[in-house]
Amino acid sequence: MRSAKQQEIMAAFGLPVGALVVSLLVFGVFVAGLGNNPFTAYALMYTGGFGTWFSWQNTLQRAAPLILTALCTAIPARLGLVIIGGEGALVLGGLGAMIMAFHLPGSTPWMGQLAMALAGMVAGGLLILVAGALRHYRGVNETISSLLLTYIAIAVFNHLVEGPMRDPASLNKPSTAALTEAHMLGMLPGMEVHWGLVYGLLACVVVYVLMSRTVFGFAARMVGGNARAAQLSGLPIGRLVLTGCFLAGAAAGLAGMVEVAAVHGRANASLAVGYGYTGILVAFLARHHALAIIPVAVLLGGIGASGGLLQRRLGLPDATVLVLQGILFVVILASEGLRPRACQRTHAPTQSRQTLRERVQRLGRVAS
Amino acid sequence: MTETALGWWGVPLAVFAGAMRSSTPFLFVSLGELLTEKSGRINLGQEGILVLGAMCGYGVAFLSGSPWLGVLVSGCAGAVLGSVHAVLCSLPRVNDIALGIAVMLLGTGLAFYFGKPFIQPQAPHLPAIPFGWWSSVPQVQAALQVNVLFLLGAGLAPVLAWGLTHTRWGLILQTVGDSADAARALGYSVDRVRWAATALGGFLAGVGGSFLSLYYPGSWNEGLSSGQGLMAVALVIFARWQPVYCFGAALLFGGAGALGPALQSVGITQGYYLFNAAPYVLTLALMIGTSAPQQRLAGAPGELGVSDG
Amino acid sequence: MPYDCMLSRRALLRSAALTTAGLWAAALPVRAANPTVVGFIYVGPRDDFGYNQAHAQGAAAVAKMPGVKMIEEEKVPETLDVQKTMGSMITLDSATLLFPTSFGYFDPHVLKVATQYPKVTFLHAGGLYQEGKHPKNVCSYFGYIDEAQYIAGVVAGHTSRSGKLGFVAAKPIPQVLRNINAFTLGAQSAKPQTTTQVIFTGDWALPIKEAEATNSLVDQGIDVITCHVDSPKVVVETCERRGIFCSGYHASQAVLAPKGYLTGAEWNWEGVYTDFVKRFQAGEKLPNLARGGLKESMVRTSPYGAAVGEAARQQAEDVRAQLMAGTFVIFKGPLQSNTGTTVIPAGEQRIQTDLSLESMDWLVAGVIGSTK
Repeated sequence: MRSAKQQEIMAAFGLPVGALVVSLLVFGVFVAGLGNNPFTAYALMYTGGFGTWFSWQNTLQRAAPLILTALCTAIPARLGLVIIGGEGALVLGGLGAMIMAFHLPGSTPWMGQLAMALAGMVAGGLLILVAGALRHYRGVNETISSLLLTYIAIAVFNHLVEGPMRDPASLNKPSTAALTEAHMLGMLPGMEVHWGLVYGLLACVVVYVLMSRTVFGFAARMVGGNARAAQLSGLPIGRLVLTGCFLAGAAAGLAGMVEVAAVHGRANASLAVGYGYTGILVAFLARHHALAIIPVAVLLGGIGASGGLLQRRLGLPDATVLVLQGILFVVILASEGLRPRACQRTHAPTQSRQTLRERVQRLGRVAS
Repeated sequence: MTETALGWWGVPLAVFAGAMRSSTPFLFVSLGELLTEKSGRINLGQEGILVLGAMCGYGVAFLSGSPWLGVLVSGCAGAVLGSVHAVLCSLPRVNDIALGIAVMLLGTGLAFYFGKPFIQPQAPHLPAIPFGWWSSVPQVQAALQVNVLFLLGAGLAPVLAWGLTHTRWGLILQTVGDSADAARALGYSVDRVRWAATALGGFLAGVGGSFLSLYYPGSWNEGLSSGQGLMAVALVIFARWQPVYCFGAALLFGGAGALGPALQSVGITQGYYLFNAAPYVLTLALMIGTSAPQQRLAGAPGELGVSDG
Repeated sequence: MPYDCMLSRRALLRSAALTTAGLWAAALPVRAANPTVVGFIYVGPRDDFGYNQAHAQGAAAVAKMPGVKMIEEEKVPETLDVQKTMGSMITLDSATLLFPTSFGYFDPHVLKVATQYPKVTFLHAGGLYQEGKHPKNVCSYFGYIDEAQYIAGVVAGHTSRSGKLGFVAAKPIPQVLRNINAFTLGAQSAKPQTTTQVIFTGDWALPIKEAEATNSLVDQGIDVITCHVDSPKVVVETCERRGIFCSGYHASQAVLAPKGYLTGAEWNWEGVYTDFVKRFQAGEKLPNLARGGLKESMVRTSPYGAAVGEAARQQAEDVRAQLMAGTFVIFKGPLQSNTGTTVIPAGEQRIQTDLSLESMDWLVAGVIGSTK
């Protein structure tokens, strides 16, 4: 008779891996149904994503922004909110970072990059904060509002970058002025992957610690588990929601700063290419667990990296990657239904009921 | 053929024409989503269904030569994808918002994947009825070219409104949406009703998508949708789950989308990005203005998670 | 003949079959003498009836050359993705010549990858190469398609009955402004009072905005419309539906508007690319900067539609002959902008290779619209 803990671990790993296998099978049937050899497709996906050192770097590079934008959905999800505004937060984060860079032209690389990172995080954080505030104070559905805010943020961004903030020398590709070389983020030593990957990894670790080892994290998860109960025990829901949303937007804003400082060197329309949207997928696949986001982002990075080979060698359209992502997402969600009852709340603490009540009461006193 | 310029009159005319043209996808998707939400589910996958419907309609119309067959097939494709959503949502612990996003991704991916061979060819278009025959001004004539689907949708809205309160099926639907337990107690299969409502919702969304590719703009390509499916979901909330208000809101959104280019054509050239964002700002403002934090939104189905605090 | 290689369903299936066969053959191990692997990268779909399709047609011509293996990838965004795609083509497919066809790929992506792989040659459409600043294995080429737009403008000026033309454009960047100005100047050479109304949609591929813009222009009494967006399909089809004339861009959209298509400004990448590849195979060092217009066969115009009258054809052919002989200058003074300033004083002229044209930020008098 397996203990609840063992069952929990098996479900936490077994189900996602099983879902991955099932998705690949469905995808293989899909590819075969259109006249291609699915095994060639699998082989190419492996080669393109993980087969050579070049492929690995390609994969890791693609995973880097996804890790951060996934946090933008994962953190509020633990609070019970479904936020899909990562794309808008990323774009505003990049813009914020550029604006900060213009105000500190002569600073040292460390100061400059730190300031840019903070500016990017604040800009992104404010956007998602608005979505959270609208939900908490006005009851506006946060999924729709975060998406609308994304569209609006991108429109404002385009307006500023091509208008008031446009670099007159950027003729045929409207952009802001460029960062100085000193402020650019470099590559990790020996690799063709930039430092954004490390930022993402650090952010995941920080969020993991925050969510599972701090009072804030515990309170947040309580709100996510049962908002009514949390309210009745006196938790400051408003503050928790707003903080969580701000942190989420800050993560995506940091991704925007990384895109500007490590890839483009300036802010322009190439910032909005869908990292935010793929991040949503990563978050759901990782079931909003901060550490699980890392392997899932690598997996999706690998899928994206192999898309090029699938196009060139098999003549499959680039949308093939989208289809696989869609199948993966649907299968993972469906597999939730197969999760055994005992493991339903794998993220909830497993202390006894007595300790739980004590903690809640203590929180209530601390919060008021 | 000479066309006389309209000057500033061009702007309200363009907004009116845009309302007639661009509102049809909003109308169909929102009516479909209304049915789904009346049954207690929210289906964000309507966006993916819209795109898939656009592709299917265009492809079938091109291959068969009949745009109406295209509309029918796109509706069926939408119903299939809607059923996927419904069936998976009926599994325990599956979050319908997350699944909606998954369906959106899957629908869009499938549409782009199968739609590749259809980007270039031209498919036959849906017919329009010229209601402007009385005018000698060509622009008015063009603006009053009303597509048959628009008329169908406009007629559908009051029919649905009546059907929801006066037919047995409509009342069952509302009961399931207000209280699943009560419906079960009355002996109705909640899952079956929700499946039917979501499939029908998907059918309507697919038809709405076929309008985009078979009439306006009348071409299949991957940039066809700019979030209309998602805005339609917001529209339903704004319309307080009433079909006739959905019609009015759809007209409003369609008109807002035509504002940017219309203003440029009379010389207001600054800030076109901001004007192009008008529909989104409008949606957000309406959602803020019409939401209430603690009380349940008037008219919201009880089972819908949207109104929870 | 390049024009009629277009889009019957059979041609589509045929080219798809050829491509698939070619790709399958490419998956097999190479036993014969190593062919030159040429890679093409597009930012959008290669059958968009527009920008990418023009490049893809060039790629298809290259694929037919002996001793060449052509690989292509589409819908690669202007981010790290394209760097990795180029790297992948070089390391996994042994490509030695790459054509990253989107303008935005150049800085920083092509430059970075070119520094990493100095043995590979990169050919970029945009004319951005700067001697001494950019690596030697990067070559850029630039077609003066505004020459073709000028001819299209002449035809449009003759054909328009209202004297009002329309232009649906993506963004107010110099290449686009140059086209708008050339089109207007051409039309004004036929009828001096012609005006052109411009609407900017904001991005390169926004079908609904393009349809709205076209409809708004028609509502203002305009009866000839052209455009500068990635895929002119929607604009051309909407014009045909409203019963007005249109002029194409990038590639020929004549089949989409049998009644209203007048002519169009097209790229001639088939000729340009096969020429490049031939010289590359012969071991020649390709020029770092290659620019040309009608005379160098880098651009061409679509065949005239049925609605084009005799007078229009006469003048258009006359201008073409002068452009081919190199004696015609489009941008010559005195030239006023639509804000009243003199942009080219009397007695001066700007020939096509003049660099100041590449930072154009004005619209000629007669254009209704703003560059801001």
